[in-house]
Amino acid sequence: MRYPILCGALLLAACGGDRGATPAADTTAAAAAPAPAGSATITGTVRFSGTAPANPAIDMSEEAACQAKHTGVITDPQVVVTNGMVSNGFVYVKSGLPAGVTYPTPTTPVVIDQNGCLYTPRVFGVMAGQPIEIRNSDPVLHNIKAVPTANRGFNISQPSQGMTTTRTFTTAEVMVPFECNVHGWMNAWVGVMTHPFYATSGADGGFSIQGLPAGTYELEAWHEKLGTRTISVTVAEGGSATAEFSFGPTT
Amino acid sequence: MDWISWMLPPGASTFARDIDWLYYLILVITGIAFVVVEVGLIWFLVKYRARPGRKAHYTHGNNTAEIIWTTIPAVTVVVIGLLSGGVWNNIRGRESVPADAIPYRVHAQQFEWNVTYPGPDGQFDTPDDFTRRNQLHVPVDRPVVVELTAEEVIHSLGIPAFRVKQDAVPGMRIRVWFQATTPGTYEIGCAELCGLGHYKMRAVVTVHSQAEYDRWLGQQSTIAASQ
Amino acid sequence: MATIAPPVEHAGHPLVDDRSFIRKYIFSTDHKIIGIQFLLMSLLFLLVGGALAMVMRWQLGYPGRPLPGGGVLPETMAPGGVVLPEFYNSLVTMHGTFMVFFAIMPLLVGVFGNYLIPLKIGAPDMAFPRLNMASFWTAVPAGILMVAGFFVEGGHASAGWTGYAPLSADPEYTGVSAGQQLWCLSLIILGLSSILGAVNYISTVINLRAPGMTWFRLPLSIWSLFITAILVLLAMPILSGALIMLLFDQTLGTHFFLPAEGGQPILWQHLFWFFGHPEVYILILPAMGMASDVIANGSRKPIFGYHSMVFAIMSIGFLGWIVWGHHMFQSGMNPTLATSFMISTMLIAVPSAIKVFNWLGTMWGGSIRLHVPMLHATAFVAMFVIGGLSGVFMASTPVDIYIHDTYFIVAHLHYVLFGGSLFAIFAAITFWYPKMFGRMMSERLGKIHFGLTFIFYNMVFFPMHQLGLHGHMRRIYDPSIYDFLKPLGGLNRFITISAFLLFATQILFMINFIGSWFRGRKASNNPWDDTGLEWTTPSPPPHGNWPVTPRVYHRPYEFSSPLVEEDFLPQDRELDTPPARAGSAPGH
Repeated sequence: MRYPILCGALLLAACGGDRGATPAADTTAAAAAPAPAGSATITGTVRFSGTAPANPAIDMSEEAACQAKHTGVITDPQVVVTNGMVSNGFVYVKSGLPAGVTYPTPTTPVVIDQNGCLYTPRVFGVMAGQPIEIRNSDPVLHNIKAVPTANRGFNISQPSQGMTTTRTFTTAEVMVPFECNVHGWMNAWVGVMTHPFYATSGADGGFSIQGLPAGTYELEAWHEKLGTRTISVTVAEGGSATAEFSFGPTT
Repeated sequence: MDWISWMLPPGASTFARDIDWLYYLILVITGIAFVVVEVGLIWFLVKYRARPGRKAHYTHGNNTAEIIWTTIPAVTVVVIGLLSGGVWNNIRGRESVPADAIPYRVHAQQFEWNVTYPGPDGQFDTPDDFTRRNQLHVPVDRPVVVELTAEEVIHSLGIPAFRVKQDAVPGMRIRVWFQATTPGTYEIGCAELCGLGHYKMRAVVTVHSQAEYDRWLGQQSTIAASQ
Repeated sequence: MATIAPPVEHAGHPLVDDRSFIRKYIFSTDHKIIGIQFLLMSLLFLLVGGALAMVMRWQLGYPGRPLPGGGVLPETMAPGGVVLPEFYNSLVTMHGTFMVFFAIMPLLVGVFGNYLIPLKIGAPDMAFPRLNMASFWTAVPAGILMVAGFFVEGGHASAGWTGYAPLSADPEYTGVSAGQQLWCLSLIILGLSSILGAVNYISTVINLRAPGMTWFRLPLSIWSLFITAILVLLAMPILSGALIMLLFDQTLGTHFFLPAEGGQPILWQHLFWFFGHPEVYILILPAMGMASDVIANGSRKPIFGYHSMVFAIMSIGFLGWIVWGHHMFQSGMNPTLATSFMISTMLIAVPSAIKVFNWLGTMWGGSIRLHVPMLHATAFVAMFVIGGLSGVFMASTPVDIYIHDTYFIVAHLHYVLFGGSLFAIFAAITFWYPKMFGRMMSERLGKIHFGLTFIFYNMVFFPMHQLGLHGHMRRIYDPSIYDFLKPLGGLNRFITISAFLLFATQILFMINFIGSWFRGRKASNNPWDDTGLEWTTPSPPPHGNWPVTPRVYHRPYEFSSPLVEEDFLPQDRELDTPPARAGSAPGH
């Protein structure tokens, strides 16, 4: 009776193996064709028509170290619209890429910082297997709780300023939410992609996706509050096309 | 900071009077017991140390002694129990919450306290309600009742200066009341392990004079309405 | 009561032991070997539990500073050697878990239950020797599983040794999944080990007492182990049941303790503490019993009030079942129910007080030999008194409002578990070591170890009363977050340094323990001039303990008896003069 338990225990102990800095990323198993060189570009903007909904105020009075980094009334930048242009719209190629092609995973990490008790950037994309470096620039405790559906989540703390922790996601997912529980207003969103064709719209609402092979693509723009919009775009080899995403007050 | 003091830090609520008094009573009783037993122990070790030619006193016990040292502790603890029961009833009893207590809602979650105020109209679920993070403001010398809830795990509302402690249990709405006696600011800590941010669940109670409290309440309500 | 006929191979024949090495020392059915196996395993876990506490104390004394040598720890526990809050919560959890379940409980019940019961009642072995072997070898995988939790993703269990739900029931709240499950599984298996042991102890004490060993001639160590075994038998299954329910909530989507679908978080607390309170009496009763044996020996006097002592052991065992709610006064439980628990809790102080006074009565008028076991046993009494008295504060429901979940509780529990149980364990180990290993431990090293341990121990835990009275909460990673706790940084540092010194001092014990095994002076049958049956056979006793079952003529602790020249009268010594007439020496 004791042997199965012993074996089971050893197996359990063996299959965890979390002594390193990051949970092991799955290596892409299939020996697939390398990415064909593409040079097409899709650019565009994410727009909002009408009056943007007001962002909620953040009460940072009980976190003085963070409040000191802001001036005036602090609001949570959920919907940022400047002259009709939407920031933090995540635009990515949803379908249309040639089948069986794998794209090299970058080794440079994407950095997300906690500064003034807000995540910067709030919305960003990363490739599956690419390291995400989480930094704490505040002298207070933050925890980073990732609650994905397709990936394995985590809940880690960074109690002091200057700490960095690296994590990776292994499976495509739109979008993995990050939250801080010590500061309930803190949210970020991570788009995990298996290809490099994604971008986040800037303050001018603009985005640019480059290096695409010729083809017809379904492009989706995702926003945390406004919803999603999809557009079909065709590009020729080395050509360019535009996509304009429109959100309205009825989303 | 007195490293060996058995004194309690100053209390700032009506509960502190009763609880502290009980504490000091128990301190005196247990202190006496402590001294009697430990001094007795050391004295026996010295006095009855093995010496050549001296034999131990052969006895199996003494019934009178047994009766004495059973009865005295028993009576003592029963008395402490009865006195404690009275104080407990005043704090936690069915009828203990004063009818005119000002209501608050405190929702404990990983890792913040969200305090909802009924606003100047004193009623919840009306437009002048507002919520503040990690801040509880109350007027002095008025009973206050908190409806305590928890989001996901057990937390515990601990206000040491008021001698208040009540677990917040998800799925339950628990009423905890107190009456502050001294204006000032006091700290709240979470008193039940609730995850990695447990130590960071600090909040502040501000006890205002009635006038100041009304002013503050009006101000907050206006700010909330404008957002 | 009738005794079962001794196993055939022992009846009247000289003892022949032709077992292989494996059968003799590894998979042994001999209660003495099993006791020593438990001893080695438990001492190892005592060390582990202590080491975990050292890391905790480092963080409390020097919050946010890198632990010296902490670079070896993985980034998920202590990046750059700085302990993370989630790892701190694991340390808190695992320190308590290892100490309660894998150190103190097996040291008292697994070691001395096994070693002493057959020897002190005159039996050749336990009633069920193979079941006994199974009991130890079930504890081993439980220990392995518990250690394994440190190596899984998400880290080890971090919901406290009390594992309150919902924190422990859903990985989402802690980030810990496999670790918490391993914790449950390990304790379920350990429970099985304990239950097997309890069955054996109860059967053995009832059925295998040597002729003449009546119930009221049993030494108090045996009485306490017997009552403890009954508590184990009845309490462990409750814990197992609760753990299975928790495991189901964690893995199978049930909602016993999760409120979303109607589960009750407080139910976990009721179940856990209904086990948990008898558990703490399991952790103290054998200590009390063995301390009695040592104190009588050290004082050269019979135990004062033997029958009262037996009555007190039984009362504690019984009352221990109806006090569990005192852990839950602030839990949201019905306050009227809380009052009833306060009453029962106040009452349980009485039998403990009776015992303390009887120990004092034993020493009164004695001829006290302060050998190392006696030093530890006396410290046990002195420290247990502090722990017991501090319990009166928290028994009072209103005062508990203030001190619940503060360091006052931590001080109390360490005064009863370390000051109480562990000092009694040191007394027991130093007392029965010669019998177990056939060697004497170094008296000098033993006294130094005792003295330093006693001093450092009080420097660590006494100030925790002050921390608690100041409002310092338990399980807090960084107290300096709170303004009202900032002034306590110096006291926390003092406690931390004292803790390091306390831990380092235990090296002396390890040297003594291991060194004496190989180089200690050979021990005679009865180096302490004691009256118990175990001292009538060689040190260590052969397999089967006695070639012929002993016969008992006297009650225990007959020191300084007027019937004999020596200052001790062994229980099996037949006197030429007839025993005292019935009625003149009650309880003979």
